[in-house]
Amino acid sequence: MQTENYLIRKSSLEKLFNNLIGSGKTVYAPKVKGKLTLFDEVNAFGEIAEDYIVTSNSAKEIVFPRAEKLFSYHKSKEKAEITDAANNTFPDVILWGTRPCDAAAFIPLTDIFNSDLKDIIFNKRKDKVLVLSFSCSRSDDYCFCTSVNSGPGNIAGSDVLFTKLTTGDFLAEVITEKGKSLVDENKDLFEVKSEESKESNLAVVASRFNQEEIQAKLKDLFENPVWDDKSRACLGCGSCSYVCPVCSCFDIQDEAHGNKGIRLRCWDSCGYGLFTLHTSGHNPRNTQGGRWRQRILHKFLYMPNKSKVAGCVGCGRCSRSCPADINILDTLTSL
Amino acid sequence: MNELIKSAAALLESNAVQVVIGYGKGSASRTRAIFVTNVTDCEKLIFDSRCVQNLAVYLTKQEIKKLGKPAIVAPIPVLRSILQLAVENQITENDLVILGITPESELINFETFASIETFLATHRIAIDEKYQEIISKIKNMPVAERFAYWVKELEPCFKCYACRAACPLCYCTRCTVEDNQPQWISVAAHPLGNLEWHIMRAMHLAGRCTDCEACYNACPMAIPINLLTKSMLQDVAENFGSYGPSLDKENTLSSFKPDDKESFIR
Repeated sequence: MQTENYLIRKSSLEKLFNNLIGSGKTVYAPKVKGKLTLFDEVNAFGEIAEDYIVTSNSAKEIVFPRAEKLFSYHKSKEKAEITDAANNTFPDVILWGTRPCDAAAFIPLTDIFNSDLKDIIFNKRKDKVLVLSFSCSRSDDYCFCTSVNSGPGNIAGSDVLFTKLTTGDFLAEVITEKGKSLVDENKDLFEVKSEESKESNLAVVASRFNQEEIQAKLKDLFENPVWDDKSRACLGCGSCSYVCPVCSCFDIQDEAHGNKGIRLRCWDSCGYGLFTLHTSGHNPRNTQGGRWRQRILHKFLYMPNKSKVAGCVGCGRCSRSCPADINILDTLTSL
Repeated sequence: MNELIKSAAALLESNAVQVVIGYGKGSASRTRAIFVTNVTDCEKLIFDSRCVQNLAVYLTKQEIKKLGKPAIVAPIPVLRSILQLAVENQITENDLVILGITPESELINFETFASIETFLATHRIAIDEKYQEIISKIKNMPVAERFAYWVKELEPCFKCYACRAACPLCYCTRCTVEDNQPQWISVAAHPLGNLEWHIMRAMHLAGRCTDCEACYNACPMAIPINLLTKSMLQDVAENFGSYGPSLDKENTLSSFKPDDKESFIR
């Protein structure tokens, strides 16, 4: 649909939130927890963090939980009964306060879960999510959305994008039919169409590299000292993958208790020494350098080749959270 | 730290070591571990209050071992870890050169592990009063309340294992948590799996942990897992009288015997 622009008053934003909570929807929003800001369930408008660049965790968990039950089984002498979790009904969820990078991540993530088999559970969850994003008015040294074809006011992946204007009111860009339904259900709050431009209210995020150039370079860089050099301090944890809004590797685990059990899909990471370890004991990526190369190539070569979208949205979470300060921009700008 | 740069350069120049593990400039205002292999790059070495990552973790990593014999920049937490690694026979005195750093930021050389122990005897592990208060508050909670407290605190844990990866004493190449035949503990990052993981980690480090807080500093979700290790440290001190590594003693709670009759640990 054609994007529609509305003006929404600061006070109306809280009313909108209260209407959503009042209708029994589950709302996830950035919330201050100790020294971090995390996406978490909120029940009151006052719980929502105001001053944050991005949350430490990503919003991907709403559609791709860290441990997703795929089915449960029960064996008896006569038969084995399986209860498929794909038949479940999943809850309506509102994501409130996602950044344009968080929203953009749903595009590659959806591609991944639909590239071959269409993942029923993922798609059912995704269908139930309404993405209400807020443009960025601030950025930091780790942000690089503008280098991966996104930006601090990018609308891709959001249903509605709010941008705070100098008056304190918000420009609401209604991007999808889902977003339009929200407007229709709250007509009194979205009454004024707006001609305002958001550009002067957005953060400045300098472009650090050109994604297409990186993609072209990577084709010839499989054997290169840069991978070992840039990953030397890597400790081999999965922090970068788990805070990444796009990373979607998973590991299948069974939890059996006697005749009953469940099968789970659990997050996995290319940072681990066990990543791609074969049953024979051979591992084609047996050093952190090999695994770091896989991470970069997957995001910036294989994914854009396959689905036209890079596997990175420039949120910078991986670098911020890395306990060894491995910085993805360092690697990308040194290729 | 001109002295540090000079010493590092001299060690590389004479080929006494092939790599210097130290701290350098990192992203924004951070510092990071750097691995200096030539004299020119020694000037990148820095040391100040931001240098808190425990570099001893790199002594047992295969990628770093490949670089040759290391010299390591070692403030007190690193020295404690080196001594504990020595107690556990993971390193010998010939394996490394120690560029020790005193709390006054003075360079100090250690020729032997025994000399580290002597030095550390005057720099004992001490748990802050702030932490002692929190720990005793938790210990005094009724069981149900304490259980609920930990379930809630551990909820953000998605099992990235940064705590394990950053710990100099978690050097096993294969961790019990990844065994699945049989599966000892639940792999999934659900409440039970998270409890099992953190209890196991704390128990495995009881009597070995040197309170460097690398686990807590590494946690991307800032979960106070250092409360568990600090509490274990206190318990070990109260019940066994030891506080920190010593070359003359075996680990308080864990020992390994090659002729152990149980086969599952081999």
